[in-house]
Amino acid sequence: MAQGTDQFGLFLRLDLPAMLTATLAAVSCGLLGNFLLLRRQSLMGDAISHAVLPGLVAGFLLSGERSTGAMFLGAAAAGVVTAVLIELVRRLGRVEPGAAMGVVFSVLFALGVVLIRFADAGNIDLDPDCVLNGQLEGVFWPPPPGEDAGLLSPASLAMLPRELVTLLGVTLVTVLFIAGLFKELRIASFDPALASALGFNASLLHYVLMVFVAGAVVASFEAVGSILVIAMLICPAATARLLTDRLSTQIWISAVAALAAGVMGYILAAFGPGWLGAGGSLSAAGMIAVVSGAMLAGAIVAAPRHGVIARALHRRRTVLTIAEEDLLALLYRASEANAPGTVGEEQARTAIGDGWAAKRAIGRLHRAGLIERRDGSLRATDRGRERARSMVRTHRLWESYLVREVGLRADHVHGSAEHLEHVTDRRMKDALAREAPLLDPHRRPIPPASSE
Amino acid sequence: MDEVLRILTFRAGHNTAVVLLGTTLLGVAAGVVGTFAVLRKRALMSDALSHATFPGIGIAFIVATALGGQGRSLPVLLAGAAASGVLGVLAVQAIVRHSRLREDASIGAVLSVFFGAGVVLMSYIQNMATGSEGGLHHFIYGQTAAMSRTDAWLLGLLAAGAIAAAALLVKEFALVAFDEGFAAVQGWPVSLLDLLMMALVVLVVVIGLQAVGIILVVAMLIVPPAAARFWTERVGVMVVISGVLGGLSGYLGSAASAALPRLPAGAVIVLTAGSLFLASLLLTPRRGVLAAAARRIRLRASIAREHLLRRMYEASEGRGEPAVDLADLNGAGRWAGPMGRLLVAWLTARGLLVRRGERLALTEEGLTEAAAVTRRHRLWEEFLVTYADVASSHVHRAADMVEHVLSEPMLRELEDALRRRGRLPENGRTPPASPHPLGPAAPGKEQA
Repeated sequence: MAQGTDQFGLFLRLDLPAMLTATLAAVSCGLLGNFLLLRRQSLMGDAISHAVLPGLVAGFLLSGERSTGAMFLGAAAAGVVTAVLIELVRRLGRVEPGAAMGVVFSVLFALGVVLIRFADAGNIDLDPDCVLNGQLEGVFWPPPPGEDAGLLSPASLAMLPRELVTLLGVTLVTVLFIAGLFKELRIASFDPALASALGFNASLLHYVLMVFVAGAVVASFEAVGSILVIAMLICPAATARLLTDRLSTQIWISAVAALAAGVMGYILAAFGPGWLGAGGSLSAAGMIAVVSGAMLAGAIVAAPRHGVIARALHRRRTVLTIAEEDLLALLYRASEANAPGTVGEEQARTAIGDGWAAKRAIGRLHRAGLIERRDGSLRATDRGRERARSMVRTHRLWESYLVREVGLRADHVHGSAEHLEHVTDRRMKDALAREAPLLDPHRRPIPPASSE
Repeated sequence: MDEVLRILTFRAGHNTAVVLLGTTLLGVAAGVVGTFAVLRKRALMSDALSHATFPGIGIAFIVATALGGQGRSLPVLLAGAAASGVLGVLAVQAIVRHSRLREDASIGAVLSVFFGAGVVLMSYIQNMATGSEGGLHHFIYGQTAAMSRTDAWLLGLLAAGAIAAAALLVKEFALVAFDEGFAAVQGWPVSLLDLLMMALVVLVVVIGLQAVGIILVVAMLIVPPAAARFWTERVGVMVVISGVLGGLSGYLGSAASAALPRLPAGAVIVLTAGSLFLASLLLTPRRGVLAAAARRIRLRASIAREHLLRRMYEASEGRGEPAVDLADLNGAGRWAGPMGRLLVAWLTARGLLVRRGERLALTEEGLTEAAAVTRRHRLWEEFLVTYADVASSHVHRAADMVEHVLSEPMLRELEDALRRRGRLPENGRTPPASPHPLGPAAPGKEQA
């Protein structure tokens, strides 16, 4: 029991603050990432998170101490400067936007790396490695010096790690920003011209967004490093984008994805090696990035509508439907031409494109009682003919329309009609049927809409 | 200063000389290869590529160590880096092709996730029983000084190969970069050329890891070509300039960091490239910012000059007395300020105006010039009234803008057109009458 309490205490003091910090960083970046993604400026997050480095160091140099305020201001300024510089280089240099971005952020980053050496060689906090990886292990919640203060007592709360408090503030402000300006952000993201026409300044909003990104980057970087920031600015929003078509839903999903990545990544990094019987722990920031990447990969493959699997299935279903419709139409035409209306199975399969779809189409139609199989040949049942009639009607309506209205030659319309017949809905068909003759261009009767 | 000179002339010890040569070659290779990456709009793809090499380095180290080999052998690590870098690029392309995500998001996702995986692997390697991570993290920022002589020769050789390959394929790469469709129609193997181009980028990135590191190697690929773009409009020239700028960055940057050992070489090299870029942006003769500003100032000066001359001409038109008071001129406010005084001084110095006490007059030369300007203005006004059906009270502003850019052939055409309509007197170079009243400040100038 006592040991259990101890372990919980350890978790509360060491792991929970670090996990919360990482998760808050993930959520605030993940939320902002939605708008970067929509504006196709995901790499702006990448650029800014590299380019804030000189701003941070300059803030540090100017204020002479590691004050959060000065460094924050420096980094926010660097964020805006980056956005402006990229625009400038793009316009003046006439290179592609990607190259302009690459020039600006890589040179600024190099400037930051050099400035760090000038700032103070001995200052371990401002180490370029820490900028990338963060120092999550430095985030813990020590008990207050006095004994026996309650966990929620002011003395105890005052000992909360600075990174955690900062990130809590940044996350709150970010949420307020997005909730308060949701409509404006949405319009500015989808249609900047409309935004300007409606009378608010879309490019100003863009720079405000960049300030927020820079703020989230700065608040996050010392704890989790810039790599996690980039991953979080992109992966959760991209994951959500694949799962929904509504912006508000997308934002909620991205928040949940960021939260889950933060918690799961941290747990995997801190305790994963233990579960596998190895010692030590792994980099939590790196692991969170990997988890968010895995989520994105999962969404790319398995998203319900936009995923690779869903689209492959949809394609298969379409192919199968077309094969079935073609087969029924084929048998209908055969029954027009000769009394029994039979077609050899081999011949029918070749006619509808062979392959797996042809085979399955025959099987499915047979099971559904729409065709009969006898002695290696196929024949439509009455129900099958009824179903096929509408298909053939559509086909011949299209053929006569293409000849009459579009002016194609009669021997050129079959192919087009063959495609169109599968995608014609009822209203289109009614429109085609108006003023339609009784015979199609090949002098075959256009079947009536119903058998009566 | 002596020290710097000795480094620059390859006399500061064999090792420094070799490193200097290696980074210079790297700079040239990156500048040459990067030109095509930038023109093909794949600049940031190389960023994804370089970040994606990180896990490969870790895995190569782990596997080599597990097999009992020497983990920190450069060829093994670089092979791992190349493999996972290529994997990263393929991942970006697969995401773009198979999902609705755009290229920028795909690049960012791959870059950060691969790098995150690399960070995880590094933390794992640190925990490994075999102990030290063997300085693997130096690949992040590069460590030129740690380059051994064999390393430097290996890198130099690879760089030379990349330069040679790019030099051989300039025309083909340019074709693919500018007009992929046309290249395909002409029967060029576009995907093979793309593949080759990417292989060269991979080669440069992998070489650059050692010198400038994962994060900054992309700068070597992008910054020199972007700078070279300011100097020329021709691909062949751009490749050469970009190679020279890249080589200069590598050479000067690594010399600077040899002289000041506290500064990380990679960052200094990139900053050197950045300074060259800035210099190109500001100073290039045709597209530089300063040249453009100078052109704008010249244009505005010439417009102001023509306006003043025309007003002077109008004010003295038909009067014997050519001297006028500036304050009486139509739109006098424009010439009241210091810029106006500057303009008057300039035109006086050029011998177009003379001072007559408080007043100003056109000289002989000034009169000819002013007549020509006025003529252009009124020709265009006439044209607008006659052919574009603009009311004569509305043509002045439009003509005000066009009069400065009318070329000789256009003027002749205007004259011919107006003469055909009988709107132009046949008397040579004097301006036609103004189609509208000239305003209160020029009394008595009403035209019939």
